[in-house]
Formats: sequence, structure tokens, C-alpha cells
Amino acid sequence: MNKRTVELELATPGLDAQGRPVRVPLTVGGTGGGEVAGQVAVEPGSEHMLLNIGPQHPATHGVLRLVVELDGEVVVRCIPHVGYLHSGFEKLGEYRHYNQIIPLTDRTDYLSPMANNVGFALAAERLMGIAITPRCTVLRVIACEMSRVISHMVWLGTTAIDLGAFTPFLWAFQERERIYDLQEMWTGARLTTSVTRVGGMMADIPDAFVTGLRHFTETFPKTLHEIDGVLTRNAVWVGRTQNVGVLRREEAINHSLSGPMLRASGVAYDLRRDKPYLDYETYDFDVPVGEHGDVYDRYLVRLEECHQSNRILQQALARLPDGPVNVDDPRVILPSKSRAMSDMEAMIYHFKQVMEGVKAPVGEAYVGIENPKGELGTYLVSDGSAKPVRWRIRPPSFINLSSLPKMAEGHLLSDLIAINASVDIVMGEVDR
Amino acid sequence: MTFFLVSSIAKVVVVFTAILVTVALTTLVERRICAFIQDRLGPNRVGPQGLLQPAADGLKSLLKEETLPVRADKALFLLAPAISFTPALLTFAVIPFAAPLPTRWGDVPMVVADLPVGFLYILAISSLGVYGVTLAGWSSNNKYALLGGLRASAQMISYEIAMGMSTVAVLLLAGNVTLSRVIAQQQAGGWYVLSLLLAFFIFLVSAFAETNRVPFDLPEAEGELIAGYHTEYSAMKFSMFYIAEYANMLTASALMATLFFGGWDIPFTSWDNGPPWTLAKTLATGAVFCVKTACFMFLYIWVRWTLPRFRYDQLMALGWKVLLPLALVYLTVLATAVWYLKEQLGWAYGPAFGWALFGLNAVLAGLLFWWLDRGRIVSGSVARAEGEV
Repeated sequence: MNKRTVELELATPGLDAQGRPVRVPLTVGGTGGGEVAGQVAVEPGSEHMLLNIGPQHPATHGVLRLVVELDGEVVVRCIPHVGYLHSGFEKLGEYRHYNQIIPLTDRTDYLSPMANNVGFALAAERLMGIAITPRCTVLRVIACEMSRVISHMVWLGTTAIDLGAFTPFLWAFQERERIYDLQEMWTGARLTTSVTRVGGMMADIPDAFVTGLRHFTETFPKTLHEIDGVLTRNAVWVGRTQNVGVLRREEAINHSLSGPMLRASGVAYDLRRDKPYLDYETYDFDVPVGEHGDVYDRYLVRLEECHQSNRILQQALARLPDGPVNVDDPRVILPSKSRAMSDMEAMIYHFKQVMEGVKAPVGEAYVGIENPKGELGTYLVSDGSAKPVRWRIRPPSFINLSSLPKMAEGHLLSDLIAINASVDIVMGEVDR
Repeated sequence: MTFFLVSSIAKVVVVFTAILVTVALTTLVERRICAFIQDRLGPNRVGPQGLLQPAADGLKSLLKEETLPVRADKALFLLAPAISFTPALLTFAVIPFAAPLPTRWGDVPMVVADLPVGFLYILAISSLGVYGVTLAGWSSNNKYALLGGLRASAQMISYEIAMGMSTVAVLLLAGNVTLSRVIAQQQAGGWYVLSLLLAFFIFLVSAFAETNRVPFDLPEAEGELIAGYHTEYSAMKFSMFYIAEYANMLTASALMATLFFGGWDIPFTSWDNGPPWTLAKTLATGAVFCVKTACFMFLYIWVRWTLPRFRYDQLMALGWKVLLPLALVYLTVLATAVWYLKEQLGWAYGPAFGWALFGLNAVLAGLLFWWLDRGRIVSGSVARAEGEV
């Protein structure tokens, strides 16, 4: 086994303070992934093969790395390696005012940014004891359900691609584009929306938004039915997904799963219904529950959740009240620019908010919301300053991902891909 | 002799060019059709309606960097695309594509080589293609490529058997392996798709598997194996695999047209069936052949952009546990039927013969699909889909 150090021609000499090379020696030949994987080294002479799936692989949905020990094509062991997209969001949050943290939440689960914004804002408001306005409540419900639709559309499309069906992917992404257009109309951004503020929203919805969203809710079910028609009774799809990656009820609970993963295993637990936040208890919607806990049930649950989200969106549009979006509290909400420039008092509040931030009383708060991927928990600890001393995210897809080895081991390599897709991970959130 | 040489060389050049141009256009047509299926436009920028897109793609392939993995087996790595590419083009040589063309020096059969062993030649040559795929997978020194190559070899060998068995039915009925004789038989007594419905079904499925197309594209399953056996290939070497795939599709489509849909026979008329040959007949029959082949090409594309892909064990189970026994049983039944009609009743192959066999096939097909479904593939999922959520 010949070892050699690969030095890149960089501006730096490539040596650290002690004069040792900064780069790790790359091993050419040898067991390859086995050395890196450490604990998964396959003994020499064994029939097993070690395969690195990821971090650069079309089916890992980002930078997940699965170290897989294969016996032929059967997965003997599967060890997920995470952390390639670690951004230190929670630590960054400790140095930011509450409103400044909201852009960070966009970037955790970047497939449902609006719902993350809402989750954080609710936690900060609980910490500060702020009650939001009725219009804001309904707008936040709309934001959450729009997020659920786009997140499930991405899930549906990418899972279909992983299983070889390319067409539903583009159908799903077209619907997602339409929601993105609405998000852009509302917030000016398609992906990083930062739509909430502590005590309200960054802006009220523009005039054409309600018409646009209503049109979407009317036409969206057609696409869902088309996807349903091309996949649900498709013998190949059924053969690939039924009885694959089964998690029984108790196992799902023991793995602390949440969201569609948990409900597909037969546990009817949905925070919107069981621990209502915003005003979800006043909406009429069903919580789809699976029975077998396999990939197929997860597919059915998510497909049905899209229909239910659509129902909620329609109800929310119908009841959207007039009135202010933001709470009437100058200590929390920035005054308008014109007032800040003309009114002395408003200018002082503006200055204090921008320079000092919104102060929260000493204490802690936890709010869990039903994100598309599961329970997104936001835990905040305040020492009385304008910045949290601790901001902790309960990332649903990270916790759901922990059940992957249990589901995948003993299945074929192709099933591993299907199972991994069914978890619905987004690495921004898993690695944070 | 000189005439034979000249006409053969002319035919080789024409057919070779036609195949390559068709392959190039098919890549464009596939992208336009899949764009239509997916509710988008597809490539339409290069030339009118994107017609020059294949040329642009080809140029890009030529100009891209050739990569060679560090520890690849260099000789085999370079050889593999050629091994994959050549048989794909060779197989077309024995397929008659039009009625004979009359010239001043005699009739020219519109087939590059009207071999007496016609179909056996196709089976022999097309099975060589698997070497290219397997060697590519093995010589790349890449685990994904290796898995892809292994899958490909197992898959192509398995389905070759079912495919061969289904064509035995054709040969049994035609009593000949020369493809021009097979076509003449169908002109006389009706297309074999009626009298050999099940054989066509088996051949169709096997042909999809043989060409590694969805739902049987496991060797290059991009979700699992990145790109399978050609993961490490770039530039022109990759293009050769790509061309081979489409050339194989083309050959398989032409074969289905020839074996089961009367080849260049124009349906509902006997004008084209016999001499005197004219240029008009040659052109008309050639056009009909192209249309038939194009229909199957469209079927390939349509299926690809509609279905998900099988899992490896499902694929093998389908090949060995369903198609092969089915082909064997079918062959036995068919041989008995042909023997009974020919020897006991003394019928010659003609429309009545064809219809009698079609009746038998329809009954068998009904039984087969009832058995295949049996409440576990289609009805099963429907029941579950409705029982849930």
C-alpha cells in the first residue's frame, strides 16, 4: 500500500503552525472507504463489499453519506454519516437578535422555509408573551400549508426519480414553482422567505396574492390526481414500495419519529390536531394515517396530506380577516419608515429596536409545530437580553433519519434508496 | 459478381448512415416527446425545432476531455465501448427493410445480407453486446460500475433465453430462419402478432430488458448506481454507449416489426406482395417499414417516461419464473397446435390457419393475464389504495 501526500498549489504553504502538512495523506489503493469509515472495515477475504453512497450521489438528497456493507446486493450494514452541511445555525443564533435569527431558519429546512419562520416566531412570541393578531394567525397558517405543499411536492418528485419514474418529478415541480411565485409575490424571495417577524409578519400579502392562491387551490388537485393515476396503482411502483422499509407502530414511536413517517406506521399523531398552535383547532381537516408503515404508506400519507393542506388553504382564504398584521406594540414592531423619519418617538423606538433588539424576559420556551417533515421544535432560553443564550432546533428529518439503518438492513441496495427517499430528509436541517 | 459487390457496398453505406442518422434524431425525438409528456418544451434552440441539437451534442462529445480512471484496466476500458457499439450496428444487416428494387442489372433485395441463418445471426450478434457492458463495468475499477456491469450481464443473459424461446415460435410457424421468408409467410397468411400473440408479448418484454430501457434499466439505474457501467466514461466513449443503446432500440423495434408485424408488408393490400417489383413498391414498403419501426420506438420512449424501474430481484424473477416457463409452455402448446393443423387437418399456412391460432392465443392470453394479476399486482394495490387513507 503506497501512501502519498497530495498537496494542492495554494497561496499558503500547506503547513500548519508546527510545520506539518495541513492536508491528510490520501491513501491510493487499499480498502478505500474502509479506512475512512473506521468502524465498518470489512475483514480481508470476506465476500462483502463496502460501498460509499454519497456524499456526492444522486439519491442522497444533498450530502448525506451512507457507508453500506453489501453482501452481493443485500445491505448488511448501513451507517449514515452526517455533518457535511453543518453550518452552526444554533450557535450563530446566540449572537443575533431574535428577528435576525429568522433568516437562519430559512436555511435549515430549505424546502419549507415559511413553516420554519413560523415555528421560530411562535417560540419567540411565547418567550416574550406576545399575542399575535387574527389576520397574522391566518396568514401564518397559509404560510405553513404552502410550505407543506411544496415540501411534499419535492419529496414526491425526488422519490419518484429515485425509483426511476422521472415524469411525476416535473409535474410536481411545476406545482412547486407556482407556490414559489406566490412566495415571491409575498416576500420578494422564492427560497429564503424570512416571512415572519416576532409579533407579526414582514409584510402583509399583496393584492393579487389571494386570487393567485385561490387559483392554485382550485387547480392543484388535478396534478395530484395525475400523479396518483400514474403511481398509486402502478404495479412496478407498488412492487417497489410495498413491504419495503417497514416500521411497526412501536418501533416508530421508539425511534421518536414524527410527521408522515410516524403516521404511516399507524400512529395518528399530528401536532396541528393534538397540540394545536395558531388556530388549527378551528380548521376542518383529516389526519391521514397509514397501516403498514412501509414506503408505500408513506407515499399515500403524504399524497393525502397535500389534499388536506389544500383544504386548509381554502378555508384559510375564506376566513382571512381584515385588520392589522402586526401587534400594536412599538417595542416589538418597527415603526413605518415615514413615521420613523417624522415622529421623534417612533424614531427612538426604531433606533432602540435596530441597535438593541427586542428584549425577552428571563425564561425558556418550547414550541413544536407540525412541519412537513415532522415535529419541528424550537427551544429558546433567554437571560433577559435581546439575544437567546440557547437556541435549539428539534430537527424532524434528522431524528427520522436515525431509523434508516434499522429499516434498510437486510434489504436490497435498490430498497435502501427507496427507504432513504421515503424518510424525506433535507440535509440543511439534518446537519444544521 | 461485380454487381453484387457494388450493390452490397452501396447498401452497407446507406443502411449504416441511415441508422446513425436515425439514432441521432431519436435522441432528439425522445427529448421532445418526454418534454411533451412532462409538460415542457424540450430542446428547440439549435436549428429549426431543435433539429441540429444532435449535431451539437455530437460535437460536444468530440470536444470533451477523455478521462481514464487511475487504476482502470486500460485496454479493456478502451475496448468496451467499441464492443458495445459494433454489434448494435451489425444486427441490422439481416433485416429486410423494403421490397426488392428492380435495376437494369437485376433485382436488388433490400437487405444488406439476406443470410439463410438470418435470425440465428441476430441472436448470436446481439448477445455479444453484453460483453461490452460487462467489461466496461469491470474495467472501470469502480464499485458502482461493477455492480452495473454485473446486473447487466445477468439481466441480458436471462432475457436472451426468453427472447430466443419466443422467436422459436416464429420459426416454428415460418419453418425458416431467413427473415425474408418470415416476411413472405406473413404476407400470405396474416401477421404473426395475431397468430403468435403471446410470443409477441414475451418478445416485447424481453426486448425492453435486452436494451436496458425503463422499466428494466437497472444496469444504469441513476438513482442507485449513478450511471451504472458507464459511470467512469466520458466524451466519445460515453457517446458510443449512448449510440449503442439507441441502435439496439432501433434494431429491436425493427425486429418486432419484421417478426410480428409483417416487416415491410403493407396491410390490407396484396399489391406489394410479389413481382413485378417497381421503384414505387420499394419506396412504399420502405416507408411502411419505417412507420412500423417508429411506432415501436415511440412505445419505448413512452414507456420510459411513464414507468418506474423494477428492482433487481423482481427483474430476475420476471425473467426466470414468469417469462421463461411461459415461453416453454407456450412453445409446447403452439407446436401441438401447428402439428394438429398441419398434419392432422392438412391445412397450409394461410388466413384460416392464422385465425385458428389467434383464437388459441386469445384464450391463452386471457388466462395469462388473469393469472398474472390474480389479485396481487393490479387489484391488490387498488384494494389497498382504497382501503387506506
